[in-house]
Amino acid sequence: MRRPLARSLTALAAAALTLPALTSCSDEPAGLVIYSGRNENLVGPLIEKLEKHLGTNVDVRYGDSAELSAQLLEEGDRTEAGLFLSQDAGALGALSKEGRLAQLPPKTLDRVAPTYRSAAGDWVGVSGRVRVVAYNPDKAPTPPDSVHDLVKPEWKGKIGFAPTNASFQAFVTGMRVLEGDEAARAWLKGLKANKPKAYENNLNVLDAVDSGEVSLGLLNHYYWYEQAAEKGADKLKAKVHYLPKGDPGGLVNVAGVGLVKGADKQQSAYAQKAADFLLSTESQRYFAAETKEYPLAAGVEQADGVPPLESLQPPKIDLGRLDSLKETLAMLQEAGLV
Amino acid sequence: MSSPDSPVRTRHDTRPASAPAPAGRKRAVDPKRAGGRVDRAAGPSWLVVVPACVAAALAVLPLGYLAVRALERGPAFAWNVISGDRSVQLLLRSLGLSATVVAACLLLGISLAWLTTRTALPCARAWSVLVTLPLAVPSYVTAFAWLSAAPSLAGFAGSALALTLASFPYVYLPVAAALRGTDPGHEEVARSLGHGPLRTFLRVTLPQVRPAAAGGGLLVALYVLSDFGAVSLMRYDTFTRGIYTSYRASFDRTPAAALSAVLVLMTVALVTAETRSRGRAGYSRTGGGTARRTAPAALGRLRLPALAWCGTVVATAVGFPLATLGYWLAVGSSATWEPATLATTALTTLAVAAAGAALTTVLALPVGVIAARHRGRLAHLLEQAAYAGHAVPGITVALALVFFAVRYVRPLYQETPLLICAYAVLFLPVAVAATRAAVIQAPPVLDDVARSLGRTPFGVLREVTVPLAAPGVAAGAALTFVVCMKELPATLLLRPTGMDTLATRLWTETGTGSFAAAAPYAAGLILLAAVPSYVLGRHRT
Repeated sequence: MRRPLARSLTALAAAALTLPALTSCSDEPAGLVIYSGRNENLVGPLIEKLEKHLGTNVDVRYGDSAELSAQLLEEGDRTEAGLFLSQDAGALGALSKEGRLAQLPPKTLDRVAPTYRSAAGDWVGVSGRVRVVAYNPDKAPTPPDSVHDLVKPEWKGKIGFAPTNASFQAFVTGMRVLEGDEAARAWLKGLKANKPKAYENNLNVLDAVDSGEVSLGLLNHYYWYEQAAEKGADKLKAKVHYLPKGDPGGLVNVAGVGLVKGADKQQSAYAQKAADFLLSTESQRYFAAETKEYPLAAGVEQADGVPPLESLQPPKIDLGRLDSLKETLAMLQEAGLV
Repeated sequence: MSSPDSPVRTRHDTRPASAPAPAGRKRAVDPKRAGGRVDRAAGPSWLVVVPACVAAALAVLPLGYLAVRALERGPAFAWNVISGDRSVQLLLRSLGLSATVVAACLLLGISLAWLTTRTALPCARAWSVLVTLPLAVPSYVTAFAWLSAAPSLAGFAGSALALTLASFPYVYLPVAAALRGTDPGHEEVARSLGHGPLRTFLRVTLPQVRPAAAGGGLLVALYVLSDFGAVSLMRYDTFTRGIYTSYRASFDRTPAAALSAVLVLMTVALVTAETRSRGRAGYSRTGGGTARRTAPAALGRLRLPALAWCGTVVATAVGFPLATLGYWLAVGSSATWEPATLATTALTTLAVAAAGAALTTVLALPVGVIAARHRGRLAHLLEQAAYAGHAVPGITVALALVFFAVRYVRPLYQETPLLICAYAVLFLPVAVAATRAAVIQAPPVLDDVARSLGRTPFGVLREVTVPLAAPGVAAGAALTFVVCMKELPATLLLRPTGMDTLATRLWTETGTGSFAAAAPYAAGLILLAAVPSYVLGRHRT
């Protein structure tokens, strides 16, 4: 009895020793380490281009934006990361507040409009996404022009949304900033009374709209275009509606990058080059074509079929003010939506 | 639970828990004491205590971190976070969910363990492998499958269902190991005295597996308290979901740490309650009778219901999620089979999980032995320490290890050895519970005999205690192996940059909604986890 146990433990330990052989991706030390809150499936190919561009290995740690920002705060000056690529402006704002991001040079910042970068100049947006109403023409031939219409009785039980999704919560934060807490609270209460159907993420909302489970849903624009590219636009029943007149439901948010303080000189130089590369025409085209997001650097066109950013009428808002997520959550909890 | 007039039971007097043994003082042997304990009451040998202390120290690391972070802005701030109405409400919800899931897991785990090890259940060997498999299905996959089939399940019902299906093997495995390790003579005597199988089970078998079941139940409770995957998908607000929300909403580590500290207190309370529930009776054989193949109880009219019961559990916990995976594979247009990546990832997962299981088991052995063999303050403290961080959400434990690693073991940070240590910190209780239950069943009197024959305490451990407990310890190792394979939050933060496990790939693919691309990795996890289940199912002496 004893021997089998000892043997199996020895075998397990031996198995562990074979590990270095398996995980040696490259023997070259990496010149740059990136913490990425954006999914590997989305930015992986771009990282390969970046490696060629920099002429050094780039190691990427993928994770959730909020968790990686907590990790960066925990690591402090001892961090191995040179660059933080975040899914949303909120995580970058949190690091900026704690003084963990280095100043970016004006020539980098000036690649994008002031709306899409930090006022302190320590992070910059690299791609934009806009909130839209996806609707099923059979169920809702005329989609509403404002999220304020969604609290009307005609939409009872017909709305799909993803209450725990960061983008939805950013939209609610935007509404609080634009219209005040009281208005936002009243709207959430009205939404709750209309018995909306909650889903785990944007993609599930889109599927529900497409199948007619709900008549319309609130999500980010690129989900529809990705699905259309994958399945064929004619196979998709759902359509996208952009909200006009600066409606809070048409918020434009960004994914962005910041240089991490504490990296050594050489890595910081690589990180700076990487930030510039992500704002280069090549990368911006990649975002437009592959993720169907809005390129933010001047002079790059969005993907075919996506209406130009200039043609939209998003609400005017300082993205740096979208960091009061805590109050938003308290409000969502109070309304019984999360 | 145990009736005083039960004809078949050996009872060892144990010291009442209220009278801790003065450590280090050798007690005179009292010939009147049943079982003639030599010097166990005098406290464990330092040869066991020292490694146990090392294990406990590793396990309480996260607590040190929690203290630093929670008190960063003073105790008043932390207290405000903890005593808010919402915290109290979330805690009650978590406790309610835990109680429900533990009760359901005890019912499932014990009944299935008895059916597969003690009765003439057709294809018992196959069933014993099948009912271990749910462990391999990530709670995320189970929850997703059920939610897509029945959206109305969202909330308490769905969370309870998904968590029960994901965690009943925590009870099944140790109980089945205990049943395999017990002398079936007791049941035979009971049956010869005219008890039916059910009555024999209730009067004789159940008391024998109580320590194992209680240990499993404790693990389930802690698992439910710390789970995030299932409750987030089912949108049921629990304490842990509150902690994650707090991280994601405010990017602020202080409130999250204060809330986590409450979960640590919960753990301590639960471990204490479980220790008390163990009762004062220890069941083990006095004779040298070894576990042996036994004539299984005929099920008679219960045969069909028993089969239906096993079938239903396996279908809901494994069959249905697997069918959902199959559906993803079949319909997905984003299905991209990458056999090379899959193979590499699978090998990496096997290696880190194997190393994690080996280290955890080795660390758990001394703690488990002390918890099983000794009463008193030190034993209790060591056990508490081993469990301390187990109800804390994975992300908090991961950040704690980041905190210590970058400060004190910088060269190991984000290297494989640290990841393996993280697994040991996270899953020490899983292995401790199994070891303790197994050692409890090994008759202490044999230790005493070996000591009286001149063996050193360490020699006794090596030649008597551990070999007798081996099946249970092996079950613990297998269980640890499987949970290491599924671990996500700590793996994401601590893995060597660029390394992938099946769980991290699964997370990546589902993150972009490529369920079809995720399916092979989920299937791979389940297949790999089937290996230890199979070995355990076969492990019948």
